[in-house]
Amino acid sequence: MTAGETPALAVERLAVLRAGTDIDIVADVSFRLRAGEVLGLVGESGSGKTTAGLALLNHFRSSLEPAEGVRVRLAGRLVQDLDADAQAALRGSVICYVPQDPGTALNPALRIRTQLAECGKDGVPLAEARLNELLGEVRLPATAAFLDSYPHQLSGGQQQRVAIAMAFANRPRVIVMDEPTTGLDVTTQAHILDIVRQLCSLHGVAAVYISHDLAVVASLAQSVAVMYAGRIVEMGPVDAVLRRPRHPYTQALVRAVPDLGSDEAVRGIPGQAPDPGARPAGCSFAPRCTAATAICAEEPPELLLATDHSVRCFHPLEPGGTAAEAARISLISGVGEALLQIRDLAARHGARQVLHGIDLALTPGSCLAIVGESGSGKTTLARCIAGLHADQSGTLRFGGVELAPTSRRRAAKARRDIQYIFQNPYASLNPRRTIEQSLQAALETFEPVSRVEARLRVAEALVQVSLPASMGERYPHQLSGGQRQRVAIARALIVKPRLLICDEITSALDVSIQAVIVEMLDRLRRENDLSLIFVTHNLALVPSIAGEVAILMAGRIVETGETARVFADPVSPETRKLIADTPRLRARWASA
Amino acid sequence: MASLSGSRTGLATVGIACVGFVAFLALAGPFLSPYSPEEFVGAPFQPPGGTLWLGADALGRDALSRVLSGGYRTLGLAAVATVLGVAAGALLGMAAGFLKGTADEAIMRLLDVALAFPQMIFALLFLSILGSDPWLVVLVVAAVHAPQVARVARAGTLRVAGEDFVRHAEAIGTPPLRILLREILPNISVPLLVELGLRYTYSIALIAGLSFLGLGQQPPTPDWGLMINENRIGMGSNPWPVLAPVILIVLLTIGVNLVTDALARRSGATAAETSR
Amino acid sequence: MFEGVVFRLIVRRVLLGLVTLFLVSVVVFVATQYLPGDAAQAVLGRSATPERLEALRTQLSLDDPAPVQYWRWLTGLLSGDAGVSLANQKPIIPQVMPRVANSFTLLAITVIVAVPVAIAAGILAAVRKDSGADATMTVAALGLAAAPEFVIAIGLIAMFSTVVFHWLPPVSMVPPNSSVFTRPAILVLPVLTLALVVFPYIFRMIRASMIEVLESDYMEMGRLKGLRRRRLVLVHALPNALGPTLQVIALTFAYLAGGVVIVEYIFGFPGIGQGLINAVTARDIPVIQLTVLLLATFYVTVNLIADLVTVLVTPKLRTGTWHR
Repeated sequence: MTAGETPALAVERLAVLRAGTDIDIVADVSFRLRAGEVLGLVGESGSGKTTAGLALLNHFRSSLEPAEGVRVRLAGRLVQDLDADAQAALRGSVICYVPQDPGTALNPALRIRTQLAECGKDGVPLAEARLNELLGEVRLPATAAFLDSYPHQLSGGQQQRVAIAMAFANRPRVIVMDEPTTGLDVTTQAHILDIVRQLCSLHGVAAVYISHDLAVVASLAQSVAVMYAGRIVEMGPVDAVLRRPRHPYTQALVRAVPDLGSDEAVRGIPGQAPDPGARPAGCSFAPRCTAATAICAEEPPELLLATDHSVRCFHPLEPGGTAAEAARISLISGVGEALLQIRDLAARHGARQVLHGIDLALTPGSCLAIVGESGSGKTTLARCIAGLHADQSGTLRFGGVELAPTSRRRAAKARRDIQYIFQNPYASLNPRRTIEQSLQAALETFEPVSRVEARLRVAEALVQVSLPASMGERYPHQLSGGQRQRVAIARALIVKPRLLICDEITSALDVSIQAVIVEMLDRLRRENDLSLIFVTHNLALVPSIAGEVAILMAGRIVETGETARVFADPVSPETRKLIADTPRLRARWASA
Repeated sequence: MASLSGSRTGLATVGIACVGFVAFLALAGPFLSPYSPEEFVGAPFQPPGGTLWLGADALGRDALSRVLSGGYRTLGLAAVATVLGVAAGALLGMAAGFLKGTADEAIMRLLDVALAFPQMIFALLFLSILGSDPWLVVLVVAAVHAPQVARVARAGTLRVAGEDFVRHAEAIGTPPLRILLREILPNISVPLLVELGLRYTYSIALIAGLSFLGLGQQPPTPDWGLMINENRIGMGSNPWPVLAPVILIVLLTIGVNLVTDALARRSGATAAETSR
Repeated sequence: MFEGVVFRLIVRRVLLGLVTLFLVSVVVFVATQYLPGDAAQAVLGRSATPERLEALRTQLSLDDPAPVQYWRWLTGLLSGDAGVSLANQKPIIPQVMPRVANSFTLLAITVIVAVPVAIAAGILAAVRKDSGADATMTVAALGLAAAPEFVIAIGLIAMFSTVVFHWLPPVSMVPPNSSVFTRPAILVLPVLTLALVVFPYIFRMIRASMIEVLESDYMEMGRLKGLRRRRLVLVHALPNALGPTLQVIALTFAYLAGGVVIVEYIFGFPGIGQGLINAVTARDIPVIQLTVLLLATFYVTVNLIADLVTVLVTPKLRTGTWHR
């Protein structure tokens, strides 16, 4: 920034408290943003990034309030000096917001025309011509029919582009974007990122881009601030922070992120972030940090400038000294007779056919990743194998024996050998039963065991997924998402299966926890002679877990083979597009 | 927020106290009443005074003795009718929700027909034809509740049956009855308990209302609903034979409602926690 | 203007309503005519002479096969002939219709009085959620919801007509065939009773659905767009609260169809509910049949209309999906 230039946004000591308490959700957030600059605000769930983003618009959700001494300057004007009306007048004109889920943030009862037109300044609706112009900018059809539609008639990507058009309508100085591409397919995401990039630079709009996805931020932002437990722990230019992280958390986070531009396996961060109110007196990351010393537990560190960027740590890492101990990906494909053989599988949902002529084989002891965007039929395929989707045709052979389409008509041995783990760990455990009861019920379905033996087996299964056996007495709501997903895996392992089908089991989890689960699955596969089918929408995750991969698109397999080969030399154009649209964290550095 | 939730717990305590007080009076009442409820001890509508604490009713019987002796029938009949109705409705609803398809369709269409009658009209129609034996009143009131409870149970069953933990139980081959009893029932037990409380207050209103209309308990039986009707022409002289049962019914139904409401709130909070 | 799906949905709902009504008429007919064994015996009691029993059987057509009786009864009803009353041997329709008009007047006034007040209270409580006003109204609604209709009625009579004040007539005695408007004062207590009975239901539903709307993501988005409060409430919140509100009004009407019986009986109000009680007491079967069928038809129709209107005011239900 040149001297004398007024920053588009200057934030000093932003802090948000739980109303009526001194428990902070966000504290000590300060940064400056010049026109046209994009700042990535990165953090895992509960890090306070959304709260901080909304605070920039002086908006606080119920039971939250700003702390004393917060100073937010928008284009030179101190927001805290203005009265409520003047503050409200800034919203939508000088500073705008793009929500995470446009499906719920657009009003279901109003037409797109109404919601877009009301963005006009001072309550004057925008003219039709202007609406069409705005739709054109976000590459939506500028037609009367489109303007007449209701939000539910649009796809997720279209809804998000409408929300972006609303934000850019008044050419604001600053836009806060809260995970605008979460939940969208990579192709749609790439498209939207492209639009955002173009509009920000064209109109000189400064943007705060909130995301949990480091690769997305790396591809869009010039600078990045990493948040942990409500504080910025590291901030600076994207390259400096993500390539040469100096905070132990940032470094661990970068390693946990699956990345197509790297041949390193993902590595998880043990433990979990402390909740507001339960944060330690010193550094919040200290309990999970391998480099922590006595002082880390006693005193909160300050955010200080170290070489090329700022770090909040007593023991910042040496720049550039991180690559040494990284584990390389070394996945072998299984050999021998196929354990699972799928021939000409087709499946329908009512009148709609969702799978067409699927042929797949899985060798014992290997892991096959099934990758596809939403609606590609990947979950249906997994459910067909698990016997959870009745409306299917074709043949499934497991261990040489043909499988019936529904689990009810399969032999007990087949039901036991094939275990399915669900995507959402919040719904897959009975909330009214303890962990031990849930695991026992699964075990007793297949084996008559004594009470003592059942308890032993439950404890053994929990230890296998790195949970203490005492966890058995708890109820699901007392566990974190990552812990619940481990319990779901333990419930599958307790019956000693031969094939584990994992349906997007990490998509509801933070990347640091996702990496822990992926590492664990790989260990379990090797230790227990298991075969795995790993269903995911995240192409970048595949090399960390699977030796073989099948790419599913619109119900058909467009490419299949060894992971290394598919990624190095994709045959089908669909795979190439998918690989090209997947954002990379390290790609730019490799070429730099 | 803390003070508000605190006052809500307080309300539940008030509710329990109300229910306890009325239940005690109704159950112990026959042993406490100073006179026989059918004994003539004063002039019609004689105001309170002397040994007649609440005065006399339309026929000169002791109002207090009639109030004390007239509660347990209504409370007991309402309890039996409620339990029967909720049990039948829960079974029907769970069966419909779990079996789906034709069975579901058939059960729900039949219940729609029952639901097309306003509750009081349904009870009047059958009791006016069948007579008003206490067990008939119980059966008809239970039949009034069953369709509504079935709807709640069916909705709950459908919601829970779509959850992944039920799919998991199906996938590993758990027998259907065990799924219904071990996976689904515990997860709809709270809404069913709330129904039980709510329906109990409706049963009391309905049974007392039917007595009031002359279709439940018959004179000279002491009964709260009947007392209100028998004595309301004399409210100007002695309101107590009317007001005493009115106050007790209100205390009971408000008490049950407060407890039920607290239960629903608490489970709502835990449900939100679980789905977070 | 409707897409095929919506049209089919509406047709399906209307057909289902008709089937339900048909089954209801069968239930009413079978229950009244056959349940006690011999309807004639039930009407006349044990002391009836064989000649009188035979005459009544003929009048009720009890000697014909059941489907024939049912068919005659139904076609009679549909052509406006419900037969004659057993109590006074006069045609039923001219006796029942003024009562229907009186009851409908009572219901309509109750809805006009209670619904706006309860909706306003519900909105106020939702906007000021967790305030003292909200807590007071919520607890009051809880108490009112618990009290049976006749208890509220007796309470009001004690308050305004007998024990405390003597402002209003405790009963609404007018000749059954005259209009209630000849003495408007008699409407006050019945209307007040019914209004207090329905208030808690409307209040709670409106409060809950308003809170849902106000705490929705799109309302937060509206605030973040810098919309003015007026526009936020009138243009953004209101259309989303319309569906639940209509449902509430319909439920109120439907609920009142049952509630009028006791209230009319207590106040001696010359409506259809009082007529029903009189018919039940006199075991006047044709009147019971017609009255119950009318009330059930009203109940089903109101619910049906509410469902259809809800579909029409909710874009998500009204229009299909078109992805590009």
